[in-house]
Amino acid sequence: MSSFISIRNLRKSYGAFEALKGINLDIDKGEVVCVIGPSGSGKSTLIRCINRLEDFSAGSEIRVDNIPVKAGRSLAKVRAEVGMVFQNFNLFPHLSVRENIMLAPRRVRGTPRAEAGVLADRLLTRVGIAEQADKYPSQLSGGQQQRVAIARALAMEPQVMLFDEPTSALDPEMVGEVLDVMRDLASTGVTMVVVTHEMGFASQVADRVIFMDGGEIIETGSPQQVLSAPQELRTQSFLSAVLNH
Amino acid sequence: MDIVDTFFNTEVLLRTWPMLMKGLWITLQLGVLSIIAGLALGLGLALLRLYAAKPVQWLTRVYIDIFRSIPLLVLLIVVYYALPFLGLRLSPFASAMTALTMVSGAYAAEIFRAGIQAVPNGQFEASAALGMNYRRTMADVILPQAVKIVIPPLTNNSINVIKDTALASVVAMPDLLKQATQAQALAANPSPLIGAAIIYVVILWPLVAYVSRLERRFGGGNGR
Repeated sequence: MSSFISIRNLRKSYGAFEALKGINLDIDKGEVVCVIGPSGSGKSTLIRCINRLEDFSAGSEIRVDNIPVKAGRSLAKVRAEVGMVFQNFNLFPHLSVRENIMLAPRRVRGTPRAEAGVLADRLLTRVGIAEQADKYPSQLSGGQQQRVAIARALAMEPQVMLFDEPTSALDPEMVGEVLDVMRDLASTGVTMVVVTHEMGFASQVADRVIFMDGGEIIETGSPQQVLSAPQELRTQSFLSAVLNH
Repeated sequence: MDIVDTFFNTEVLLRTWPMLMKGLWITLQLGVLSIIAGLALGLGLALLRLYAAKPVQWLTRVYIDIFRSIPLLVLLIVVYYALPFLGLRLSPFASAMTALTMVSGAYAAEIFRAGIQAVPNGQFEASAALGMNYRRTMADVILPQAVKIVIPPLTNNSINVIKDTALASVVAMPDLLKQATQAQALAANPSPLIGAAIIYVVILWPLVAYVSRLERRFGGGNGR
């Protein structure tokens, strides 16, 4: 059986700078993968390639649920199956919280308005902020906004959720509430790829941790292997830098 | 004759008032139609300028730059007096509306472009990640946010269009200014001109004040 997300020889360059140097990676259905590494290591670029927010070089291949991720009709199918949560939330500021969640089901799936509203309220309850439905994003705290963003992505019932440093823009006291929602989500069997600096989350929730540096995967394995007993020198020095700050 | 009799002659003003009102009606028709057509043209040009194929983008830019450089009066004369030699004879109203639309469309295009570009890239990315296509993204996410940014400059542009309708008097359009100058000739008294000036100010002052208020309100932050 082939893997759910399959990445083959993924290369990406910005001019002369090679951000990804031939990544090969397979992720199974239901797996929770955390990607760690120093900034500029290519970890965000990697997950942004999975739904092709970033273009990648010819010869690279990504498949999600056996659908090739390439420009054209199949891309819409892939994006409907892949939800994404951004570092800066990227909520729609001109729409209420409920409308933020309703928009894509209505416009992409053609869900009737009333039904989309019920779906939105159910998801807001799930992320614990049902009472904020009629507010606008700017009236919410960062943690609440990120939970809305997670609900918005879940409204498309994605098979895969990509998280691009979801807690990096948050005040420290709000990190926990977002990680709780993600932890809850991981237990429901959604495939998750999480770029994060939260080592605690990675060690508790991830099935697999990937350490990247310089556009390459340096080390991959269970959280215990990678975080507690790293084999590679670069992994060791990165971990000692983050854990002893 | 004192200054009041010369410039603020109520008897003359009352006598020529119907002419001025007729002119005002034409000025408003010309102004409003040109503004609407210019906005539609401007939005279309802005989208081409940003998202069309490269050669089309380039052509759009050339169009925008030319029509922002050409004096409206010159364009108006070309449309009205020169196009007939190419077999295209437009009425004074159609000539004036064409010239006004082509120029205000070029300015509106630059305003729309700036407004769309002011919407953060993350909004495009979030829409794409949700599977929304280009048309839906524009209609539901980008333009509603851009509109808020572009309303003050677009209102300024509209004020300019209404003022520029006065140039149409050179192609024998019986607009407010033309009617005022004719009334002045008939009455041998410049009071109708002063009347026209007052009418322009009364119409445009509220718009000018509206822009100032919007600019103050939208000036800071992104609050709703």
